Amino acid sequence: MNKRTTSQNNGLNLKRVFKVWLMQHAQACIYSIGQIFKSPVNSLLTTAVVGISLALPSGFYLLLDNCQRVAAGWDNSTQISLFLKLNIDEERALSLADEIRLFEGIASVDYISRDVALEEYRQKSGFGDAISALQENPLPSILLIHPRIRSLSSQDSEKLMQQLRALPEVDTAQFDRQWIQRLFAIIDIVQHVVIILSILLAIAVLLIVGNTIRLAIYNRRTEIEVNKLFGATEAFIQRPFLYSGLFHGIGGGLIAWCLLSLSLLMLKAPVLRLAELYSSDFSLHGLSYTGLLLLIATGASLGLVGSWVSVQRHIKAIEPN
Amino acid sequence: MIRFTDVSMQYGDGNEALRKINLYIEQGAMVYVTGRSGAGKSSLLRLIALIERHKRGQIIVNGQNLERVTGRRIPLFRRNIGFMFQDHRLLYDRTVFDNIALPLVIAGHRYQEIRKRVHAALDKVSLLNKEKVSPIALSGGEQQRVGIARAVVHRPALILADEPTGNLDPALSWDIMKLFEQFNQVGVTVLIASHDLDMIKKMNKSIITLREGKLLTHIGLTINE
Ligand SMILES: Nc1ncnc2c1ncn2[C@@H]1O[C@H](COP(=O)(O)OP(=O)(O)OP(=O)(O)O)[C@@H](O)[C@H]1O
Ligand SMILES: [Mg+2]
Repeated sequence: MNKRTTSQNNGLNLKRVFKVWLMQHAQACIYSIGQIFKSPVNSLLTTAVVGISLALPSGFYLLLDNCQRVAAGWDNSTQISLFLKLNIDEERALSLADEIRLFEGIASVDYISRDVALEEYRQKSGFGDAISALQENPLPSILLIHPRIRSLSSQDSEKLMQQLRALPEVDTAQFDRQWIQRLFAIIDIVQHVVIILSILLAIAVLLIVGNTIRLAIYNRRTEIEVNKLFGATEAFIQRPFLYSGLFHGIGGGLIAWCLLSLSLLMLKAPVLRLAELYSSDFSLHGLSYTGLLLLIATGASLGLVGSWVSVQRHIKAIEPN
Repeated sequence: MIRFTDVSMQYGDGNEALRKINLYIEQGAMVYVTGRSGAGKSSLLRLIALIERHKRGQIIVNGQNLERVTGRRIPLFRRNIGFMFQDHRLLYDRTVFDNIALPLVIAGHRYQEIRKRVHAALDKVSLLNKEKVSPIALSGGEQQRVGIARAVVHRPALILADEPTGNLDPALSWDIMKLFEQFNQVGVTVLIASHDLDMIKKMNKSIITLREGKLLTHIGLTINE
């Protein structure tokens, strides 16, 4: 809009037009910063609400991310123990293992022979002597199956179990850690909740920024009228409000980042203690720099969109009289 | 400069403020629009400034048919006009300097240029020493002069002033009218709405008289229907 203005005036070259455009942006930018500092309490309140609204879903996201990291460790330890019938010999067992490897959703299959099983049991159980007294090895041979659990829905894994149980060589099949599947299912649900929450809070941010800008527009209607009277374009009038929305959004992003960092700092020690109890070297994963950038970018775009909607709705309605 | 042909206008509530107005104001003229309260003086100026739009007839300002000046062309059109109001319409949250600089900032001038021109305008209205105060700290007459400085700082081809001396005392009003005359003498077309007949007569300029939305006299000539 501005381009046309200036070039029509004097047929000035593009460079000069661009310079004016840049200068007016700088002016609007500085002006809107000035306006923010003129009502610091209001601006801070809006920015804080934006910050909290951004921090909540991001916090949940971090929590989920960490949960998934922990659970990913457990994932590998999930296994199905397939106890074979006693009359199955080693050859049959190994060929069965090969067959099962071809099933869907199987990561690996390990064969534990009856002798190895007995040896392990002897060492671990402490009933060594009692077992030695037995004439015959009472233990069956075992196939340890590691499913790719994450690619398996609980339905799939149920089907897998049925498939395994139906094998004629199999005596019993035991799913060791069904609870981890449940955990993944819960994480999945929470993930959806976080998405819904994010959408709702994004709408809240739009409304908050929109309302703040609406009030700013209302407070400065005389200024807007006079500007229009002296030939200001819509773009000229809108610019400071758009910058204001942008700054509220960026500020909100920064506040959200501070809140998250603070929370992580407070959680660090207790999480470390818990990890020690489980003798795990797990530590909380905080926000990466990409995360920080994403947070600020999200805040900025929400602020911009919120103010844009407000500006479109409210500035047009103000006409000089 | 300004030509009205059979112009009628209505406000939203059906109130017909101007009826079949025909008038011509040539470039560089200084013309008073007068008439009783409610005669349509402000409405006439508002039409020229595109604050209101006319229903019927044709208005040409500065060679432009106002019917074709719409949307994005309105701001550009208005940059050729300087406005002055009885109620000043100054912005009290900024200094006198910034108030006067407004039309230049809108037009995208550089700071050095703006400062030069604002100082020149302040000098014209004898307020150079007040550039850094808020207009709220000025007297009514001084505020009116700030309004004039703002109306002329961007060197518009046309100045529209609606009751610029509204409730000022006669001496001050006279000063302000003389100020307008100075700008007129350098070629600016000036159109002033006022009901202060005594002063208008003393100024010895062309007069347009309105009564109930109709033209009564045009530049000294009585209009008969
Ligand atoms: N915004 C408006 N809406 C409806 N009618 C209006 C509006 N403004 C003015 N009018 C009507 O239009 C007619 C002309 O009004 P206008 O303001 O042009 O008169 P004026 O000559 O400027 O009067 P004054 O000397 O009191 O300022 C009047 O009858 C007035 O009631
Ligand atoms: Mg009036």
